[in-house]
Amino acid sequence: MLILTCPNCGETKDESELHAHGEAHITRAGPEATDEEMETYLFERVNPKGVHFERWHCSYGCGKWFHAARCTNTLEVFGTYSAQTTEPPKEIIDILDKKRPGWSWRKFGGTAQ
Amino acid sequence: MKRYSAFAIAREAFRYHTGWERAWRSPEPKKKYDAIIVGAGGHGLATAYYLGKNHGIKNVAILEKGWLGGGNTGRNTTIIRSNYLQDPSAAIYEKARSLYEDLSQDLNYNVMFSPRGVIMLAQTEHEVRGYKRTAHANALQGVATEYIDARRVKELCPIMHIEGPRYPVLGGLWQPRGGTARHDAVAWGYARACSDMGMDIIQKCEVTGVRRENGKVVGVDTTKGAIDCDRLGIVVAGHSGVVADMAGFRLPIESVPLQALVSEPIKPCMDVVVMANTVHGYMSQSDKGEMVIGGGTDGHNAYTQRGSFHHIEETVRALIETFPMISRLKMLRQWGGIVDVTGDRSPILSKTPVEGVFINCGWGTGGFKAIPGSGWGFAELMATGHSPLTAEFGLDRFREGRFIDESVAAGVAH
Repeated sequence: MLILTCPNCGETKDESELHAHGEAHITRAGPEATDEEMETYLFERVNPKGVHFERWHCSYGCGKWFHAARCTNTLEVFGTYSAQTTEPPKEIIDILDKKRPGWSWRKFGGTAQ
Repeated sequence: MKRYSAFAIAREAFRYHTGWERAWRSPEPKKKYDAIIVGAGGHGLATAYYLGKNHGIKNVAILEKGWLGGGNTGRNTTIIRSNYLQDPSAAIYEKARSLYEDLSQDLNYNVMFSPRGVIMLAQTEHEVRGYKRTAHANALQGVATEYIDARRVKELCPIMHIEGPRYPVLGGLWQPRGGTARHDAVAWGYARACSDMGMDIIQKCEVTGVRRENGKVVGVDTTKGAIDCDRLGIVVAGHSGVVADMAGFRLPIESVPLQALVSEPIKPCMDVVVMANTVHGYMSQSDKGEMVIGGGTDGHNAYTQRGSFHHIEETVRALIETFPMISRLKMLRQWGGIVDVTGDRSPILSKTPVEGVFINCGWGTGGFKAIPGSGWGFAELMATGHSPLTAEFGLDRFREGRFIDESVAAGVAH
């Protein structure tokens, strides 16, 4: 069972009190987007076997959103952080550099780890 | 290959069963094959089988990183049905179901297909309307289903409590020729038939890279060395995204764990398959007497093949209202498989941006029932470049907005 700490209310909760909402840091495609951009925005997900950044909702807690860095292969949680950002913050990256040397994010084409 | 028969059992009995041969060979890989299939699960082996049987392509290798049938083929709840709403889905699932009918004879391997009937319970007014609509659609598609009322549901499955306060049973969608089959036997039967045609099934051989030249596939790198091929079929379910990444294209797929569990064996009490989509649970009784229960998927991506405990709890808690007798049962085993889920909950059987590479994935929570039809259609696609069964399941449908929207049709797991 996953146990995450919500950075908004500071409560540590198990996954049955939270709700996962998929990949984080996705840029919304605008009205002028091409079909390819729209397809990428709506459907294409990195779906890595390894380090994954994702959105969570503190649904039975404070009701606010946050982000989590997690390994989809071992279920190790590297940390949670505010949803008010477009990329993972430095302290999360530092943890990942230490725990998963050579990790990558959205480096597409034979680099999945 | 020595054929299995009643006579063969008698013959082997006279020599203390010393004469049985291995069901399939385990050779070392050759330098080059006409076609390589990645993934020796049901879909991959069925593809190889129909490549050989229907299209005469027999210089084929099937590569498997673990053991044969050890992924989702060995982890599902063995339910077979074809009562889908959309025409392309009904076509491929009904093709599969009809192939299951005489698969044991075709493969000379008993897959224990048991067309005991499948009921999908309608437990809300919304589901009543939805299943009536599906029954009408199935009539037009030539799939034999009917909408039945609650009394008939109770007749078919007397252990069910239909007046539940929270989830009363209002009716159901009944497919009399749906049922179950022995999941391992499906993989083993196809493997034996493939091996008999001269195909090489290579287990413990993980693909680590896809070699391309000028946008065309020329082979794969594996833990047993490089192997050349003209055509490559990727049939790896939950790990589709990982292998597609090696080949240099992306998929609209997310991988999540799906769980199932079985109870201790009890005497026969239920001779149909029951699916309750409102509460995300489905149940049947195996030949050993265990109640086989399937639940919902985890909410978050993972590759762990186990799943979260609270999903089992939710599934069983909800099923107890409809099946009060299971509250006294001990649950024996639980397991998870990694399912590859697409945006519209329909599979992808398609060419890819890399010439010679074909992908068969996205079966999500309902792949087992489709194995023969998927193999039939995908083999035709790989051999000829087109199959009427797979034409609507292309990778480009997401960009073009031509969804085969079974997520709306089924509501939940299917």
